[in-house]
Amino acid sequence: MSSATSTVAATTLRPRATTAADSARLRWSRRFQHGGWFVAPFFVLYGLFVLLPVVRGLYLSFTDANISGDHTNFVGLANYREALKDDLVWNSLWHSVQFTLYVVPCIVVVALLMALIAHHTVHFKWLWRLCFFAPFLLPSAVIGNLWWWLFQPTNGMVNHVLGLTTPWLTQKSTALLAVVVATLWWTVGFSFLLFLAALQNIPQHLYEAAELDGANAFQRMLHITVPNLRNITGLVIALQILASLQVFDQAVVMYQFGPGPEESTRTFVQYTLEQGFTSYRVGYASAISFVLFLIIAAVALGRMWLLRSREEGISR
Amino acid sequence: MTTPSPTLRKPRSTWTPAQIALTVVALALSVIWMAPLAWALSTSLKTPAESVASPHWIPKDFTLDSWRKVFEAGNIPNWFVNSLVVSVCVTFIVLLVASLAGYGFARTEFRGKSVLMAVTMAGLMFSPAILGVPLFTTVQSLGMVDTYWGMILPQCAPAAMVYILYKFFQSLPRELEEAAFIDGAGRWRIFFTLVLPLSKPSLSAVGIFTFIASWNNFLWPYMVTNNPDLMTMPNGIATVQNAFGIVWPQLMAGGLIAGLPLIVVFVFFQSQIVRGVAHTGLAGQ
Repeated sequence: MSSATSTVAATTLRPRATTAADSARLRWSRRFQHGGWFVAPFFVLYGLFVLLPVVRGLYLSFTDANISGDHTNFVGLANYREALKDDLVWNSLWHSVQFTLYVVPCIVVVALLMALIAHHTVHFKWLWRLCFFAPFLLPSAVIGNLWWWLFQPTNGMVNHVLGLTTPWLTQKSTALLAVVVATLWWTVGFSFLLFLAALQNIPQHLYEAAELDGANAFQRMLHITVPNLRNITGLVIALQILASLQVFDQAVVMYQFGPGPEESTRTFVQYTLEQGFTSYRVGYASAISFVLFLIIAAVALGRMWLLRSREEGISR
Repeated sequence: MTTPSPTLRKPRSTWTPAQIALTVVALALSVIWMAPLAWALSTSLKTPAESVASPHWIPKDFTLDSWRKVFEAGNIPNWFVNSLVVSVCVTFIVLLVASLAGYGFARTEFRGKSVLMAVTMAGLMFSPAILGVPLFTTVQSLGMVDTYWGMILPQCAPAAMVYILYKFFQSLPRELEEAAFIDGAGRWRIFFTLVLPLSKPSLSAVGIFTFIASWNNFLWPYMVTNNPDLMTMPNGIATVQNAFGIVWPQLMAGGLIAGLPLIVVFVFFQSQIVRGVAHTGLAGQ
C-alpha cells in the first residue's frame, strides 16, 4: 500500500537518489520475512501443552473416556446434559463465585489503602513493601497449612488475638470466609505493588498546580488521584476475578483435600479434578472444565469490550 | 532504594504530625501482616505439647527440635533440590522462548503472523486449572508422567510472558536495530547482542515472576507425580502433612523452610521485583 505510493512518487517525482541507508532499510525489512524461526520454539511448547490439551479436552468432553483412555465411546452431549443436572456442579461453581464476590472487593480496597499509605509516608518505604508483599512469596500449600493452624478454635492465633472461640473451620457459615481471609493476606501484596506503581506514575506537577489553585488535600485526591488510578483499578479487578474463579490450592490444603464442613468449600476446580482423578471420569471432567473456560472467556472478553468502548468514548 | 521524586518539597523536618500519624498506621498494618508469620516461627520453636497448650507468643521451652526433625525426615533437602531444578529450568526455558517469540511478533514478518498472534492471545485464557485433566492425559500420552520433563515443560509456554515482552520490544526504538543492520549484523546477532542487553529490566521481571510462579506451583506437580522422590517443596509439605499426623511445630518449620528462600531473594532483589510488577502492570493497562 505505502510502498506502491512511494514507488509511484519515486518514478514520477524522483525527489532524491535513494541513499545507502534507505536501501539498507528496505533490505532490512525484507530480510526479516523469515521471522517464523523466532516464534517456532515457543509454538512447539505452546502447541504441545496448551493447544493440544485444549483440542483434546474438547474432544474428550463428548466421550465417556476414563483415565486409562481405553474403551472410549462417543456419547455426544450426554456429559453436558449431565453437568446441567448435576447439583455438585452448580454447588461448587457457586462456592467459587461466592469466594470471588467476597475476595475481590476486599483485595481492591485493602491494596489501595496500603498503597496510599505507603506512597505518602516519607520514611521506611522499603519496610512497608517488604511486610505487605512478603506473604505473596509463600507457596499456596504453606498458606493452607499456616491458616489451618491459625484458625484452630482453642489454640489458634486468630481466636487468641480476637478473644473468641469461633470454630472457623468446622462450621458452614465461616468455612469459606476463612479461605477468603487467608487469600487476602496472601495475595494482596501483588495488587498493592500495582497500585503503588500507578501512584508513583502520576506526574507531581499536577498536584503542585492544584495546590497553587487552592485545592485542599481531599480535592486533590478526588480530582487527580482517583481518575489516574482508574485504569489500574480495572486491571486489578479483572486479574483478581480471573484468578479467584480458579481458586483451588489454599482451599484444599486448608480442608485436607476434603469438601469442607457440610461440603461448603468444594471449589469448581476441585470438583473437576475429583471427577478426573478420583472418579476417573476424564470425559465428564473435561466437559465441566469447558464450562469454567466459557465463564473465564466471558469475563476476559467483557473486560476487552469495556476497555474498547471506553476508548471510543474518550476519542469521541 | 531511593525514590527520585521528593514527596515533600519544603526543606524542614519530615516528621510532621501527618507523617507521624501515617507512619503509625503503616506500622500497625505491617505488624498485623507479619503476625501470622511470627506465630508460625513461634510455633516452630515450641515443643509439640507446648504448641497445643493455651496460646502464647514466646516459647517457654525454646527448642530447635522441630526444625531438626523436619530436616531429618529425609525428604526436605531432596524436595528442595527438585524445586530448584524445576524452577531454574522453567525460568531459563521461558526466558529464551518467550523473548524469541516476543521479538518475532514485534519485529519480524512471516506468513500467518497475525493468526499466530491471535492464537497466542487466546492462550491467556487457558490456565492449568482449566486444562488440568486433558493436560494430564496429554502428558501421559507423551510418557512424561512422574518425570522431571513432565513437571518442567508444561510450565514453559506462558502466553502472558510473550505478551509482556512483545509490548516491550515494540517500545524499543527501531533506529538502533536498523543502524546495526546497516553495519552488517544479521538479525540473530542483533537480537542476542543488541536487543537482549537492552531488555534487562523486562527480562528480569519476567524471569523473577516465572521463578516465583514455578517455585510455588502446587497444582501441576500435584497432578503429575505421586512419587515422593520427585515432589517439589510445596507438594511434599502439603501431602506429607497427613502422613505424619499433625505435629504443628514441624508443620510450621516445614512451611517456613519452603517459604524462606523466596523471601530472602525478595530482600535482595526488592527493587527489581517492585519495578517488575510496575512494568507488567503498566503493560497490562
